Amino acid sequence: MIKKGTWVKIQDTILESGHRAPQLPEDTKKVPLIMWAKGFLQDDAEMNNIATVKTITGRLVKGQVMEVEPSYKHDFGDFVPELLQVGIMGRKALWGGEDHE
Amino acid sequence: MSKDFSYEAVMSRKPQIMKDSVGIDYATFEAEGIGFDYERMMKETGYTLAEMQEIQGQTGVGNTPLLEMKNLTELARKYAPKGKGARIFIKDEASNPSGSFKARRAANAVYHAKKLGYKGVIAATSGNYGAAVASQAAMHGLKCIVVQECYDSRYVGQPEIIEKARKCEAYGAEVIQTSVGPELFYVFLKLLEETGYFNASLYTPFGIAGVETLGYEIAMQFREREGRDPDAVICTNAGGGNLTGTARGLIKAGAENTKIIAASVDLTGLHMASDEQFNRKSFTTGHTGFGMPFATNPDRSDVPRSAARALRYMDRYVLVNQGEVFLMTELLAQMEGLERGPAGNTALAAAFSVAQDMNEDEIILVQETEYTGAGKHINAQLTFARKNGIEIFFGDPRKEEKGKNIILPEDLSLLKAQEVDMEKLRKSLIKNAASKADIITEEDIQYLMVETKASREFVEKQLENLGINRQ
Repeated sequence: MIKKGTWVKIQDTILESGHRAPQLPEDTKKVPLIMWAKGFLQDDAEMNNIATVKTITGRLVKGQVMEVEPSYKHDFGDFVPELLQVGIMGRKALWGGEDHE
Repeated sequence: MSKDFSYEAVMSRKPQIMKDSVGIDYATFEAEGIGFDYERMMKETGYTLAEMQEIQGQTGVGNTPLLEMKNLTELARKYAPKGKGARIFIKDEASNPSGSFKARRAANAVYHAKKLGYKGVIAATSGNYGAAVASQAAMHGLKCIVVQECYDSRYVGQPEIIEKARKCEAYGAEVIQTSVGPELFYVFLKLLEETGYFNASLYTPFGIAGVETLGYEIAMQFREREGRDPDAVICTNAGGGNLTGTARGLIKAGAENTKIIAASVDLTGLHMASDEQFNRKSFTTGHTGFGMPFATNPDRSDVPRSAARALRYMDRYVLVNQGEVFLMTELLAQMEGLERGPAGNTALAAAFSVAQDMNEDEIILVQETEYTGAGKHINAQLTFARKNGIEIFFGDPRKEEKGKNIILPEDLSLLKAQEVDMEKLRKSLIKNAASKADIITEEDIQYLMVETKASREFVEKQLENLGINRQ
């Protein structure tokens, strides 16, 4: 059980796949429009259940609980060998590579 | 009975929601025919340059450093004919409080919202503007909601947009995220109606006028430092506000001989509303997916009449590839000691090429940089691209296939900005603007001449080709 007052992320379907805007490409029409929001749970809830949260601006939003105490995991990625070569290339072109001290 | 919040009902209330949330009655600027009085709109709803400098100054926005890229200039000259290779300068807009020039736009919009008594501000943006509005809202004690398109239907998010969500939340804003699709606008309208907050659109007169201080500052800093105006100012172009505001500021400073060049990342062929292609592009802004449609049809924005009208000011438009911008971003760090971007370096990549056609004693200014960090970094973007099946290799960037590969120039001589046919853009704007009309008046022709920065002959010829009758 997730306790009332916990900071959670919820998701809600805004438009079902059959109700998307007409001008969309087919691949987008096939999927629903989803919205994600974060807020404090207004009542005890279970994961994946529909619950109401109070957002940081004080709005009440309803949706399916999908993450408890959500955090950011984005980073600087993996080693990209090509990038290492760019600096070597530029320095060599301007200052002449290995002879440059 | 409670209000109908269905898609159709909310969209049908758009004009009223807009009027209530922007505080501008756009109808008062409409002309009889296809046009409207742009200059009057800018004058009556905006602020004077001095007022804007004061407003921005109070929140630490503006007066960013002007830096000469001496090493990149020398490097560009290695590939230029003798006597060619203009001096490349950069305006370090990343020094603004929220890390980009967007702070200038947001400073005015949020100040205006506060003055009019709104309790909060809302912006629909996946870009730096969200962070800028959130930062300004924090300074003014207003509430802030940012709506951003962030994930595809598999819940895979663009790292750069995720980082911008983090930054907005860091400033105390509420971030509402959606999957791919222009119906984000419905979510946005619903929020405006529900909260009664101010629509801090990117395209209002105060937002665009906020960038005029950038153009003005550029002229003043160059006159003090070099005793003259730059020969060319190159702007990364998406919605056109950056270019429009900068050009207007330069004109206000009297720098009328400075050429205005737009630069975008070429993403031709990728559909901006495609769920499958959403994460196959490595740039979330500064690309042709915004640049082209907004240049040729500025009123497709989230306000009835956009104050960003790039074709009025643009002298040239050049394109670079994703690989070229990534390479230049890395060179900026490696050879100038500045870690910035990536999207904001689009104009820098183009400048490296454009400078090679200019004389050595000429000056080209890249008028922005943006902050970089986790997610919003070339290493993060290239890793993400590779995970999404995009091939990355050295070669000829002209052979880059959008959504399939990213080609880093294997030799710096291959970094070449490609010219966009300005006539084609002008023709397209005229078609978009005039096709709704049955008959065209003299006033309409005058309007189209200004809109496209073109001659009467040119406009009349296009109208004739479109089969539109003169009154």
